[in-house]
Formats: sequence, C-alpha cells, structure tokens
Amino acid sequence: MPLLEVKDLQVRVDDREILHGLSLTVNEGEVHAIMGPNGSGKSTLSHVIAGKPGYEVTGGEILYRGEDLLEMAPDERAAKGVFLAFQYPVEIPGVATMNFLRTALNAQRKARGESEFSTPDFLKKVREVAARLNIPQDMLRRGVNVGFSGGEKKRNEILQMALFEPSLCILDEMDSGLDIDALRIAADGVNALRSSDRAIVVITHYQRLLNYIVPDFVHVMSRGKVVKSGGKDLALELEASGYTQFEDAA
Amino acid sequence: MNVVLAKTETGRALSDAFAVVRDRLPGAGKVAEQRRLAFDAYERAGLPHRRIEDWKYTDLRMLMREVLPLAAVADAAALKRAEAALKVHAIDGVRRLVLVDGAFAPKLSDTGKLEKGFTIRSLREALEAGDAAQQAQLFTPDISNPMVALNSAMMTDGVLIDLADGTVLTQPLHVVHIASGTVPAAMFTRSMLRLGRDAAVTLVESYIAADGAKSYQAHDSLIVAIGDHSRLDHVRLVEDGREAVNISSAVVTLGAHAHLNAFGMTSGAGVSRYQATITFAGEGSRVETNGVNLLNGKQHADTTLFMDHAVPGCASREIFRAVVDDRGHSVFQGRIVVRPDAQKTDAKMMTRALLLSDDAEADNKPELEIFADDVTCGHGATTGALDESLLFYLRARGLSAKEAQALLIQAFVGEAIESIVNDTLRELAISAAQRWLEARG
Repeated sequence: MPLLEVKDLQVRVDDREILHGLSLTVNEGEVHAIMGPNGSGKSTLSHVIAGKPGYEVTGGEILYRGEDLLEMAPDERAAKGVFLAFQYPVEIPGVATMNFLRTALNAQRKARGESEFSTPDFLKKVREVAARLNIPQDMLRRGVNVGFSGGEKKRNEILQMALFEPSLCILDEMDSGLDIDALRIAADGVNALRSSDRAIVVITHYQRLLNYIVPDFVHVMSRGKVVKSGGKDLALELEASGYTQFEDAA
Repeated sequence: MNVVLAKTETGRALSDAFAVVRDRLPGAGKVAEQRRLAFDAYERAGLPHRRIEDWKYTDLRMLMREVLPLAAVADAAALKRAEAALKVHAIDGVRRLVLVDGAFAPKLSDTGKLEKGFTIRSLREALEAGDAAQQAQLFTPDISNPMVALNSAMMTDGVLIDLADGTVLTQPLHVVHIASGTVPAAMFTRSMLRLGRDAAVTLVESYIAADGAKSYQAHDSLIVAIGDHSRLDHVRLVEDGREAVNISSAVVTLGAHAHLNAFGMTSGAGVSRYQATITFAGEGSRVETNGVNLLNGKQHADTTLFMDHAVPGCASREIFRAVVDDRGHSVFQGRIVVRPDAQKTDAKMMTRALLLSDDAEADNKPELEIFADDVTCGHGATTGALDESLLFYLRARGLSAKEAQALLIQAFVGEAIESIVNDTLRELAISAAQRWLEARG
C-alpha cells in the first residue's frame, strides 16, 4: 500500500478552484520533488495534506496508508506521522520553544497510546538534534520562532521533523530566504532523516535545493495539476528550459 | 440638608440594614461619628450606576440587586468549613492570617513568634480600643466613592499590619478572606499595611468560599503606606464563589525610592470590582501593577486603577490581560494622572483582551491626563480572538484544538504573571490559570 495517494484532487479557496484534478503517489522510502511556478498550487497541496482550514475539497481523495486523510483533524494527522515544514513558520510569543516541543511530542505520543517522554530523555534528544542542526541552546529557551532569522526558523522546522520522526515529511519551499550556508545545514538535516520507512516531499520553485536533497522523482505542477513526472534529471531539464513550456501544455 | 433621591430597593434596604446594625458595629465616639458621615456620603450617592462615568461598565444597581444581611459571627461548624477550604488554598511557607465571614479568626491564623518590628492587630480591636490617631488613619480613604463610603460605614474587622523601619520579612503574609456561611450574607472588612523606611514584605490576599457558601457579598478595602526605600510585593487572587459579589478598594501611597510590585488575578466571583488608587508621594519610586482576568459563564470583573504621579521622577507600568469566554464581561479602566510638578515621569499601560466567544465582552478605558511637559507616557489596548494561523501551526504539530488554545491562552496571560518575583507565588498564579483552562471543558 502506498504511503500517500492523492487521486484527482480538486480544491477551492474562496470560490476559486486552485487544484483541478491532481494525482500523486508516494511510497515509503521515496523522496519526491514537486516543482512549479508561483501560483501553480504547490502550497495549496501541502496545506490540504496538513489539514489547514479554509480549503474546500470539491472532488477526489487523499489516502494515507489507505485511510481517508481528509476525514482527520490536523492533530490526528500529525500523530499518524504527517509533518508539514511550513514555508512561513509562525512566531508564538510567550511559548518557549522547549515547552512547545515537549507539549507537541507528548501530545502525539499520547494520541498514539505511547507513554510520555521523561524530561531527561527528552532534553537529551533535543540537545542532540539541535547540535546536529547547529541550533544554539538559547534559541530553545526563546519564544517559538520569536526573533529567529529566516534560516533559524527553517532549522527549527527541521528540528521538529527530527524530533517527531514523522513518516511523511512535506517541506514547503524550504529554501526560500536561505543563503547557501543555511541551505546546506538545513538540507543536511533533511538528508539525515532519509530512511526506508519515511517519505519526503520537497516542494520548491528552484532546482537549487535539489542539488542538496537529491530526489528519486520529480513532478512538475502547473495550473493546479501535475503535468509531467520523471526522475531527477527532469529538474535539470527545467533549470535549462524553464516552466513556460508546461504552462502552455496545461 | 435634605437631598431627595430616588432610591432603588437595594439602596433603601442598605439604609435599613445600617440602621439595624449601627449600634453593633465596633467603635464608639469619633469612630461612630465617622461611620455616620460615611454612611451619609454613601446615601447621597446610592449604589453606583452606569450614568456615573467611573461606573459606566459596572452598574451595581443592575448587578447587585439584593442587599444581604451582615454576616453572623462564625460558629464552630462554620470555622470547620473554613478550615477545610483553607487546606485547598494553602500556600507553602507563608504566615497565614484568616478572616472568616468578615471577622479575624485567631484560631486559624498564625500569629506566633512575630519578627522584631512586626506587629499585627485586628481592626475590631483598633476601632474599639485603639488610639485616636490610628482610628483616624482608618478613615482616610476617600468617601466620595460610594462603595468606599459604604465600607467605611460598615467595616467590622480586618488585619492591621505594621512593619517598623528596617523590618524585612522573608516569609510572605497570606491574608485569606473566607466566606463560610451557608446563609447569604455580606461582609465588610478593612485592612491596613504600613511599611516604615527600608522595610520589605510580600502580601498575598486570597478571597475564597468554603463548601456551601454561595451568594455572598465581600466588601473589602486595604490601606497601604510604603515608606522611603521600602518594597511591597502584593499578590491578589480572587477565587470567590461563582454567585458571589466582591467589591474591593485599595489606597496605596509610596514614599521616596519605594517599590510596589503588584499582581492581581480574578477567576472567581460572579461580579467583582477592584478599584485601586496608587499615589507617588516621594521621588524616585516605581510601581509595576499587573492583572489577569479569566472569565466565563456570566462573570463580570472590573479593575479600575488610578495612578497618581504627584511628584517627579517616578515610573509606573501596568500590564493587564483579560481572557473572556461565554458571556463574560471584563472591564479595565486605567487612569494615569501626571501632576504639573511630576517631571521625568515614566508611565506606561498596556491592556489586551482575548475574546473566546461571540458573546464575550471586554471594555478597555485608558485615560491619560498629563500636566507636566518632560515625561514619557504611553498606553495601548487591543482586543481580539485567538490567532487562527497560530492555532493551525500548533494543531499541525499534534496539539488538539483545546490544547492549542490552552497553550496560547497561557502565553497570553504569561506576560502579566511573569512579573511575580516570588517563585512559589508565580507558580501558584500559573497553576490557578491552568485550573481555569482545564475547567473550561
């Protein structure tokens, strides 16, 4: 059974159809890249998979391990292993990052019927992951993302991904706003999480990120549909010829 | 002098009640005379209502429909209920002073081995047998405010705490007001805290109800004088029963280079009003006064603060947070006056309200009156709902809708709670907020 099956998905926002019958299949162990120009519906797809309110699914379905994902609340999806790394992670003043991480991790564990992490085990784990991602300890004491640079916010997303150990990771424009060093650190963090029981979907506008996170499959989205799929070479092809050809095709 | 007023039934009933009990109230001679003056002042105004600007959002003629008889002296059964309630609200490491149904309860209080320079006395004793100077001080609060006047007329007991120059108490004082009665009744209390020079203390005040105490009225007042170079940390927790009325007033005066750090939280009482006047009488002093209202059901809670910068070079900070659910109504009125001589005043006030339901209401009324030209003053007020994008972020990380809301509400009130210096007391406020969140259902 595939990990994720998106079948003929149609989605509206404020009476405007954004996705017009999108299909995508992702298996465990695979890394997929979804590329496309601005406005092609890439972020909408990631939001619908995570369960963000405000999107109306008017047709099609999304199955996660064979279950109807659209019937699940966002927190239920998270507990079952769906993780979205936000393009624009929000700032939450007054909620210390450490407290947030522990609350979230234990909420997921509780929902799965697992025991809560003990404080020493939790701290050890966070410190280990943070060190690997070059996240200083004082960042963890601050409010979630408050006063973080763009790169720090993205690293904080990867930190959560490493901590929660999801099965399906969707990275929405992870490279936006990152300089080359920050990009390398974040990409290394993601690559460390590649495994045979986890799938990663990288959503990006530019091919650049795919030099660091090398995908198994590349899909081109245009005007709310996947218009072409292929191997990693498709990304290079796009880099050379641009998206225009697909816009015409769609 | 005859002033003819249309009286409400409640107002009339109060007049009758005063006539009945006046001879039983502690104190004779000058004290009785002061009571009569105060009651006259109250009668001229009557219960405050919405056409009086200061009471615009808290119309007691609507909110306090019936007057209750003066609470009886607590009997053995009442004391037992009070004792049980105390156990629930006990704070570790404090010296406890307890008022049951408006009367000081020595048996439930810890008055042994007082530190040098520290004295405690009951209000009743001071009114009946005290010296004239102290009695006069007890009547200093301004009776042009009708509820202060009523309190002056009816006060029966309270605790008078005195710290001589140089007296620093490391153990916080916890004054607990308990309504124990199963019969609806009214309590009128007044307490006083005086710190000499170079003194310091932490005062915690709790208002609680014993099992079975339902509709009662707690009328309280507090007179505070903080001497030069002295510091008071003040925590106030209103956890009265949901059908209770709590009307409390405070008059605080700071000397030079003095410091007041105050925090108040109202999660109980059906109707409450806390009105405080804080006056800077000496230069170089500082006040932080923060508050949190956590309201649901039909609760109404009003905090009205008057910060009087009468002298130069003082600083004040007010941070107020209201979380209102269901049909709750939160009121914050903050008035800052900077007198003509009070140059180099630094006064700021920030109030924020979080509305959790369509029927919840929050009124913020900041007022700045600045008569000096070299000052830094500011205020801000916001009202809104929980941020949907933050809620989604938290839910996408596995928190249920309720957990996500609770975390954001805790963060929202956190800024006001963080000002509490004492770790135990800060934890106490945090856990009181958590209890409220858990009880939201």
